[in-house]
Amino acid sequence: MNPRRLAGRTILHTALAVCAVLMALPFLWMLLSSFKPLTEIFAHPPALFPLEWTTEGYEKAFTGADFLRGFWNSTYIAVTVTAISLLTSAMAAYAFARIEFRGSKPLFMVFLATMMVPAQLTIIPLYIIMGGLGWVDTHAALIVPAALFNAFGVFLMRQYVKGIPKELEEAAELDGASRFRIFTTMILPLLRTPLTALGIFTFLGQWNNFFGPLIFLNSDANFTLPLLVNQFKGQYGADWTALMAATTLAAAPLLILFGVAQRQIVDGIALSGSKS
Amino acid sequence: MSTLTAAPAPERVAEPPRRGPSRRRRKDTIAALVFLSPQLVGLAAFMVGPLVFALVLAFSNWDGFGAATFAGFANFSEVLSNPRIQRSVVNTVWFTVLQVPGLMISSFVFALLMQKAGKMTSAYRLCFVAPVVTSSVAVAAIWLWLFNPEISPVSSALRSIGIQAPDWLQDPNFVIPAFAIVSIWQGLGYQLVMFMAGLQSIGSSYLEAAELDGCTGWQKLVHVTIPLLSPTILFLSITSIIGSFQIFDYIYVFMDSNAPEAARTIVYEIVQIAFREFNFGQASALAFLLLLSLLGVTALQLAAQKRWVHYAE
Repeated sequence: MNPRRLAGRTILHTALAVCAVLMALPFLWMLLSSFKPLTEIFAHPPALFPLEWTTEGYEKAFTGADFLRGFWNSTYIAVTVTAISLLTSAMAAYAFARIEFRGSKPLFMVFLATMMVPAQLTIIPLYIIMGGLGWVDTHAALIVPAALFNAFGVFLMRQYVKGIPKELEEAAELDGASRFRIFTTMILPLLRTPLTALGIFTFLGQWNNFFGPLIFLNSDANFTLPLLVNQFKGQYGADWTALMAATTLAAAPLLILFGVAQRQIVDGIALSGSKS
Repeated sequence: MSTLTAAPAPERVAEPPRRGPSRRRRKDTIAALVFLSPQLVGLAAFMVGPLVFALVLAFSNWDGFGAATFAGFANFSEVLSNPRIQRSVVNTVWFTVLQVPGLMISSFVFALLMQKAGKMTSAYRLCFVAPVVTSSVAVAAIWLWLFNPEISPVSSALRSIGIQAPDWLQDPNFVIPAFAIVSIWQGLGYQLVMFMAGLQSIGSSYLEAAELDGCTGWQKLVHVTIPLLSPTILFLSITSIIGSFQIFDYIYVFMDSNAPEAARTIVYEIVQIAFREFNFGQASALAFLLLLSLLGVTALQLAAQKRWVHYAE
């Protein structure tokens, strides 16, 4: 490697490493601060590592808010929505991509157009509808609409179904296989990769959702993790050790999941912009 | 949806020779309806229904109890003339002006740099994408502390080089820029991955051809890379403007339910008017104006794309 190229690469990697560390620093600071006694948090100049390690913040987080319950609520809401939404999106996508019926195109355009509608426009009627159904302050208000309506999922899966060669199905059709059978035994298995990516994306969106739970949930026992962190912040506003412990508890599961499934998450993001 | 159920035309059924295809068509329509039914129920109950409902609400006076009365355009004129709401519009636009270009330019630069990072790419990317998967509430809680002038390590570091950091969240001039900083930090990884995917799909042949023609690095960037990436740039500019118009979570974590006027955005106002003042009509009117502005901005972007967006063959 010639010296100029070497210098260039050194500068490039230094710049990227510095920026990558800057991106990670707030997390690192959160994690390490959650183990600091309050006096150290207010110390000047601040130190990254705690001089004295304490788990006081975590004890307060666990006694002050029911994090285990919040973890369970967030998990089962996100898992339920993701599972049902993947199935219903794939079903609708199959119909749009493979079955000819009148109104197919305009109906699909309606699905596409709804992606432009801000959640804030439908939240008030939804709140009133949920009130009528008796679903306010229940998880059904968060699960049912998200599981049954996913315009982006339908759109994305349709692109993939269209990419599957038709000959595969035609052969099965000649053998007398029903549409249902073709869908479950041929289409769904072939959609495994895009479904994984969409699934991770849907799960992330649900797990991190703040707006919906904020509007629909009132009881502490029903709270999801983002709501718990926000509530905890209100109660322990000045207790930064405890707040950082609570934030760490809420962020850690997803950061760990991200470490394990980085590839799929990155693919999912890249997928979210796939068009045509 | 009524067009779906009325699929086979009656006169076709009457003719014996066409009976086969017609029966097949009806079967297809039924199959399509079965496969679509869950999402159609969702579309009707949780999207189209609420939209119609919202439109009715926007023209009514209703607090959620008792009878609603017709309000005409009163909600719209009230929303448009209320100085507090005007301020929230200015704040939202100011946030968008700071955040969207900041986000797109920084993620594009990092994507270009990352192309040459070789084996280290995934390690760097891990750091950049981590904030994307973290909830806005956790992100805001971290920054709530990083913006606190008394204990923030950032303020401390700035002070040590002689710069007095502003009190970001309390100072009316700095609170919107503070939201933009957090939002750029959180959103960078998403756009970075999108740009990296776009750069990968360009392929090296165009760039090699440009190199043979004696183009400098800058010329290659301006005349080859950016035009070929223009569909990605358009997509990101549309989606990120839509996203930035809807900023909400940070404000709620930073300020709770009594944010000062300097920190309020359109969506924050919608939530306040609807769920604190129980003025569903006014909140719906404001939400409709938000949708109309988003449609308008998107239409402008799509109209302008002919001038600068190039789709590869």
